[in-house]
Amino acid sequence: MTAPRTLYDKIWDDHVVHQAEDGTCLLYIDRHLVHEVTSPQAFEGLRMTGRKVRAPEKTIAVPDHNVPTTLDRANAATMTEDSRIQVAALDKNAKDFGINYYPVSDIRQGIVHIVGPEQGWTLPGMTVVCGDSHTATHGAFGSLAHGIGTSEVEHVLATQTLIQRKGKNMKVEITGSLRPGVTAKDITLSVIGATGTAGGTGYVIEYCGQAIRELSMEGRMTVCNMAIEGGARAGLIAPDEKTFAYVMGRPHAPKGAKWEAALAYWKTLFTDEGAHFDKVVTIKGEDIAPVVTWGTSPEDVLPITGTVPAPDSFSGGKVDAARRSLDYMGLTAGQKLTDIAIDTVFIGSCTNGRIEDLRAAAAILKGRKIAVKRAMVVPGSGLVRAQAEEEGLAQIFIDAGFEWRLAGCSMCLAMNPDQLAPGERCAATSNRNFEGRQGRGGRTHLMSPAMAAAAAITGHLTDVRELMGETV
Amino acid sequence: MDKFTTLTGVAAPMPLVNIDTDMIIPKQFLKTIQRSGLGKNLFDEMRYTQDGQEIPEFVLNQPAYRKAEIIVAGDNFGCGSSREHAPWALLDFGIRCVISTSFADIFFNNCFKNGILPVVLPQEAIDVLMDDARKGANARITVDLESQTVTASDGTSFHFEVDAFKKHCLMNGLDDIGLTMEKASAIDSFEKKNATLRPWA
Repeated sequence: MTAPRTLYDKIWDDHVVHQAEDGTCLLYIDRHLVHEVTSPQAFEGLRMTGRKVRAPEKTIAVPDHNVPTTLDRANAATMTEDSRIQVAALDKNAKDFGINYYPVSDIRQGIVHIVGPEQGWTLPGMTVVCGDSHTATHGAFGSLAHGIGTSEVEHVLATQTLIQRKGKNMKVEITGSLRPGVTAKDITLSVIGATGTAGGTGYVIEYCGQAIRELSMEGRMTVCNMAIEGGARAGLIAPDEKTFAYVMGRPHAPKGAKWEAALAYWKTLFTDEGAHFDKVVTIKGEDIAPVVTWGTSPEDVLPITGTVPAPDSFSGGKVDAARRSLDYMGLTAGQKLTDIAIDTVFIGSCTNGRIEDLRAAAAILKGRKIAVKRAMVVPGSGLVRAQAEEEGLAQIFIDAGFEWRLAGCSMCLAMNPDQLAPGERCAATSNRNFEGRQGRGGRTHLMSPAMAAAAAITGHLTDVRELMGETV
Repeated sequence: MDKFTTLTGVAAPMPLVNIDTDMIIPKQFLKTIQRSGLGKNLFDEMRYTQDGQEIPEFVLNQPAYRKAEIIVAGDNFGCGSSREHAPWALLDFGIRCVISTSFADIFFNNCFKNGILPVVLPQEAIDVLMDDARKGANARITVDLESQTVTASDGTSFHFEVDAFKKHCLMNGLDDIGLTMEKASAIDSFEKKNATLRPWA
């Protein structure tokens, strides 16, 4: 009889290739996702050493960070020279090394963390890595998924393994149900607000509890996506019937007898009764409100009904950090959050660029007009975009005054031309509000798609619940 | 990768908490397909005005710290993205060691792959070292990986923990891909076993 194990323990155990005496492990990687920004130096490293990609069939590449999202992007002139070179390098590397590839021209192209699950590459119980910190997204399927640096990208390309030490187990339980107007984004931001951006450092988080079980797969991906903002490399959720239903029939999901075998294995992927967690955080679902960030760290979270905090209300190094944040954000302590005027609204990203996110925003926007200078929706993939058009969501966005864009990372990190100007204030559904993240001097407030839609309509940060009476 | 054994040098004080990878190297510099040349853009938006002029108050622009090899930083240094461009930029500038109470996980790992030693010490030690750092060249700090110590200018020595395998690789400048490839037969047998146990994967 083995000791009770957590979900993380089980996935870990099933992927250890070799364990050294000091506990350092060689961990097998089932899926390696690759994008254009963090991979060129890794492929170059392979060329210089004459190494090959060990498992090209388990390696999937898609350009997303750099690519323009305007409708004319097929025109090379829409990209800067360096971006063009980087995307061209991925084109060439995918071809030379024989890996799976979704080029910009393919309707399946999109943000790597949306494409992986959509195409059925991400499956329960797998180890998934990518040279991108938001790889945590894939944990929603009960897989162990985390970001790696470029040297590790090269290591995985060459060996299909990673050198790792096991992290600690942390449980984040969200009990009860969410109230109306409260979403997965509010859960994940509220957890970071409670634990801080370093609260999860050294841990793998398992999210559980009724409110998590009640989330759709899209919502679960939103929650896991931001595990990294809480400092945890990975966040995961035990797979259940919703997971299996989402996966079934996807292009790269197993079929027939393999599906049956996979399903039997996936049903063993849960934390055993009595398994040990090194840290436990419990939040009541009904206590979570629609939240926004006020500062320049994702831990700077408050319910929309709150006011901008005074730097002196913090302690230690956070006092100076908060002072710097307020200065950067152009805010004053005591100001009501709902009085903050918004210039721009960005709906998209690997956090909130899936179909359910677009539905939630469209439900608020239907029949209304924006009151901000500009607003854009950037679907997470070409397929999300097509589905939104089919469901009539695209027309709702366009009628409201939103730009309806092609898929990519876009203004989440502003590597492509979608950027904020200095001082421009944005309601964003993305994941980071760091200084300069969306453009030098740009001011970012993070929130859910419904909250971003509400801000678009009123022109200031708004409690979406006030607009819901008429639409829900 | 260059070896890291001992280092005595000027440390730049950066007490701000949560210094993130977007601050260390903003995204516009991630478009390179090289590892080198990022040092001039390290901390770009804190270091230069929009039109490219140096901001004199920024620590690395001050004469005492233009050749700093160590940074003493606030909590949670390197949080945010997985971009290895952050350690590449630090290294290209000449930084070989960062000392803080805590680091973000991915950044921490990325440092070791590039010959940079991230040192975790308790707040009391950081306070002493931050004071030294504020004195510039008048108070050099010594970092010794072999003995796992950081020594302040007054001779006070602080012991730090480091993973034995990472220490070994850093002290010898080892390429860990080469080390893993020596275990190719273990990977082969794992894949063979996996093809039976989890054929869908």
